[in-house]
Amino acid sequence: MSGVLWALIALPLAAGTVLLLCGRRADRASAPAAVAVMLVALGLAVTAAYTEPAVRAALLSGLPAELSVDGLSGLLAVTVTAVTTLVLAFSATEFGPRESRGRFFGLILLFAGSMLVTVTAATLPVLLMGWEVMGATSWALIGYWWRDPERVRAANTAFMTTRTADLGLYLAAGAALAANPSGSLALSDLSGAGEPWRSLITAGLITAALGKSAQLPFSFWLSRAMAGPSPVSALLHSATMVIAGAYLLLRIEPLLEASGWGSTVVAWAGVVTAIALGLVAVAQTDLKQLLAASSCAQIGFMVLAAGVGGTTGGTLQLIAHAAAKSLLFLISGVWLTALGTKTLTGLYGAARRYRAVGVLFTVGALCLAGLPPLSLWAAKDVLLAAAFEEAPALYVAGLVAAVLSALYSAKALWFVWQPVPPAESVPDTEPGTRHVPSRALPPLAVLALACVALGVLAFGPTGAAVSRVLDAAEQPTPKIWEWLLSAALALGTAGAAWIWGNRRVPLPTVFSRLFGSWLHVEPAAQLFLVRPVLALAHAASWFDDRVLDAAVRGAGRGAVDLAHWSNHRLEAGVAGSVSRVAFASRSLGRLARRPQTGQLHQYLAQAVAALTVLALVFVFVK
Amino acid sequence: MLSTLVFAPTAVALLLLALPRRTPAKVIRGIWVATAAGLMAATVILWAGYDPGGGMQYETRARWIPSAGVGYHVGVDGLSLPMLALTCVLFLACAVYAWREDRRVREFAALFLFLETTCLGVFVSLDLILFFVFFDLSIVGMYFVIAGWGHKDRARAALMFFLYTFLGSLALLLGFIGLYLAASPHTFDIVDLTAANPLAGRAGYAGLVLLAIGIGLAVKTPTVPFHTWLPLAHTEAPAAGSAILAGVLLKMGTYGFLRIAMPILPDVWRQYATVVVILGVICILYGALVALAQSDFKRMIAYTSVNHMGYIILAIGAAAATADTSRQAQSLAVTGAVTQMVSHGLLTGALFLLAGALYERGRTYDMDAYSGIAAKAPVFTGMTAIAAFASLGLPGFSGFIAEFQIFTGSLGPRPLATSLSVLGILLTAGLFLRALQKIFLGPLRLPDAPGTPRPFSDLRAHENTAVVPLLALAVVVGIVPRFLLDVIEPASIAVLELLAR
Repeated sequence: MSGVLWALIALPLAAGTVLLLCGRRADRASAPAAVAVMLVALGLAVTAAYTEPAVRAALLSGLPAELSVDGLSGLLAVTVTAVTTLVLAFSATEFGPRESRGRFFGLILLFAGSMLVTVTAATLPVLLMGWEVMGATSWALIGYWWRDPERVRAANTAFMTTRTADLGLYLAAGAALAANPSGSLALSDLSGAGEPWRSLITAGLITAALGKSAQLPFSFWLSRAMAGPSPVSALLHSATMVIAGAYLLLRIEPLLEASGWGSTVVAWAGVVTAIALGLVAVAQTDLKQLLAASSCAQIGFMVLAAGVGGTTGGTLQLIAHAAAKSLLFLISGVWLTALGTKTLTGLYGAARRYRAVGVLFTVGALCLAGLPPLSLWAAKDVLLAAAFEEAPALYVAGLVAAVLSALYSAKALWFVWQPVPPAESVPDTEPGTRHVPSRALPPLAVLALACVALGVLAFGPTGAAVSRVLDAAEQPTPKIWEWLLSAALALGTAGAAWIWGNRRVPLPTVFSRLFGSWLHVEPAAQLFLVRPVLALAHAASWFDDRVLDAAVRGAGRGAVDLAHWSNHRLEAGVAGSVSRVAFASRSLGRLARRPQTGQLHQYLAQAVAALTVLALVFVFVK
Repeated sequence: MLSTLVFAPTAVALLLLALPRRTPAKVIRGIWVATAAGLMAATVILWAGYDPGGGMQYETRARWIPSAGVGYHVGVDGLSLPMLALTCVLFLACAVYAWREDRRVREFAALFLFLETTCLGVFVSLDLILFFVFFDLSIVGMYFVIAGWGHKDRARAALMFFLYTFLGSLALLLGFIGLYLAASPHTFDIVDLTAANPLAGRAGYAGLVLLAIGIGLAVKTPTVPFHTWLPLAHTEAPAAGSAILAGVLLKMGTYGFLRIAMPILPDVWRQYATVVVILGVICILYGALVALAQSDFKRMIAYTSVNHMGYIILAIGAAAATADTSRQAQSLAVTGAVTQMVSHGLLTGALFLLAGALYERGRTYDMDAYSGIAAKAPVFTGMTAIAAFASLGLPGFSGFIAEFQIFTGSLGPRPLATSLSVLGILLTAGLFLRALQKIFLGPLRLPDAPGTPRPFSDLRAHENTAVVPLLALAVVVGIVPRFLLDVIEPASIAVLELLAR
């Protein structure tokens, strides 16, 4: 059955590449082709989930590329392909003929393929490959409307932030090889590594996972990522890419356990994110921002589940959240197109204007709020039961985060169900189409249905079956009082929030400003990381030009100067002495010429004088 | 076989020069491209006949200057074969790219064919003097390329390039003579010297020889602080010249480390490995930081070369670590280093050709002068984006295969250095994204200096034909690297065995 797995990952990747290479020529055919490809991929994913194939190909020396499907991978592969299919079916109505649809659908397919590689990867190199390509496609999709510099900057922020965290995966791979030189970097072998490498592996993987899943302190990139088209937010930034981190943590749960500290760190990172980003979501005034913050918070529950060994609960949460959140994001996109705004105040009465969409939104929001008997309520209780076993403090913190979910979901609902305001009172940010295409509804309806139906997975025999599929032994099941408590809290909070409406919350503005701006993490990162690095870069450049290069030029100039000096001084000196010698010889010659007068009497006198001198010498020497 | 491959381009170059003055440029270009393609085909045949496990192959050995211990000795193994292939690919790409070149085409083609001889020659030489001769002739050839076809400041850049790298090659020659004198019987033959390991146990002498050879190769690679000739030469060189300079000529330095310094001087290489590792880390971080601060697109790419070559230096330093690390990790590092040479050649070659296309259209490399040209040139934008992402180490491209092996192999022996080095891929990501954003995305703005051709056209056929194969090869290496790694791995294990003596 290995062909199924190869086909599952190769099909979307190949089709996406072809669409991208064809460019605008593929626009017309791209949407149907992409939906068809993803439908086939969905079939393949379901087959793979049942047959659990594993494949292997040589990649690097001693480090093969291994892909395999087990329970967790199978469920995720099905989730990813299903959500992608629905989002693509929806997007087919969203992008008009003027948009570059080939690029959009090609990128989405490429993304889906790399996500499938990520969830089926059995060794670190392949995981890293899928992982980073996801990041790159996310960049291209956030910056899809590239004429707007703000969106491109948002894409850059998202890519740089996630890549910063991805460095952890590179280090983990190196540490895994150092710990086990003959190993193949298989994810299942990681927990066997010896110290200190095991801690480095754990730290690296946790960092990468928190970054990809937009957990604290990396959350801010997801806020910026909302600059992308709504289908992108619905697919990448709620249902698929951002859950990759949670998936990885669920996958390496044995390593977290073995490291001794990993589980605790992960559990608290998750629950702190769930609370903090829950508060951020409550403080938002923009629907997409609210949903983005709530994604971080809901993924925080999954991360918590990975930390407390609640694989079943975490996986259920992951699937249920994928359905609910992509539904909500798609509808926010529908309203953005129709009404031209995504601010909560701009969406007054949106659900009343477009009833069908409004009802579907309500289903999604109630699910997100954790209201019984919807799926997220059930999933959350299963994972909180595991947290209770681990540490009651985690359970309580998890309940606080659950209360916040109810709060922000009810808040969003309250706005959209207000009476429709008179026409001029709400200034649109841009003119909307005032139209919801009916073809957009079926995919939304399927997602809403999933929100309702997936709750079944948490109970009784189906719940046990899920645990069995996930190979998760002895998962704690929630007691009756836990079900009741969470249900009561969710209902009570949602009700209270509905009644409270948009009245001012009596809290210092410091809070609303802090949470409204996503905890100021991005400005802090700008101030303490980006600016110093840029300053360092300019300093290095200055050093390069003014010191290193100047030294080389100086040396060159020095050589030329030396040459000139030699020319003027040495050379002149040498040449001067030579000519002085010549001058002296010439003078001597001239001197020697003087006696040669040609007159006999002078020669006679000279001879007499010379003989006299000779005689004197002779006398004295003797 | 090898000798024919090496000297054929020069023969064709002489033929081109002998052609009558009035030969149409089209014929000359045709001959040039055909020759480059023929060489490419010959290399493919060479590759097909190569046995990965068979050590040195296609050897030719002849007497040349026996009185001085100099011989004509050529051959290929897993280190040189990928370099030969890379050389042929890049020269073919440049020949195609230069299809529209109309300034003294005959001389340009002849010069490039001559350069191809020197590059191929360096990679097949198994004699130090032969290596040195080709090494120096490549500098001469590149000098004329820059001086004859460069941009405004070409004379100064060419002179700087020539003097600096020539000085480096003199250091190299000094080192070679040191090796010659140490060996008994005196010889310049690389294979004999490697087998003899003449400087074993003479740490002081060996250290000096390594210093001389190291400086010579470091100038060529280039490593910090000997890199300052590089940005100037690149900004002034024509696009094809830059592609060859960065794609092939720089590799001579790192190839020299693997071919000469590591196998012949194993003791002292191991002894000074820490210095090499530190130099590598400095190259990686410093190169990336300086590149980040550039506003000139071509200069930025030039500095990323310093960064990318730094990974190679890191890997060959880390591979020398002592026994407590596994052979597996070391072999990954060395294989990664050779893969990086190939990968960097392909990608930086593509990037420089694309930079040339940018200059031809806007007459400036200044990134601030452009904005949003994706609207005018979508194919150009797509290609540059692919090349940029490949260059920043995105999986699916050759750069990832190279850098992943280097990091994974180096982390065990050198945890701190490698942890610092991975920051390099973050910095390169930042600088490439910034460049893409500045030039290609956002609202449309074109430079309007006088003399600028107004319409900004997309890539033309010959530009596409030159760049697409480079990127396609990078993808092939990135996804199915075995065909390349099967050749490199035995050679890197052989280097490690020599190093462990």
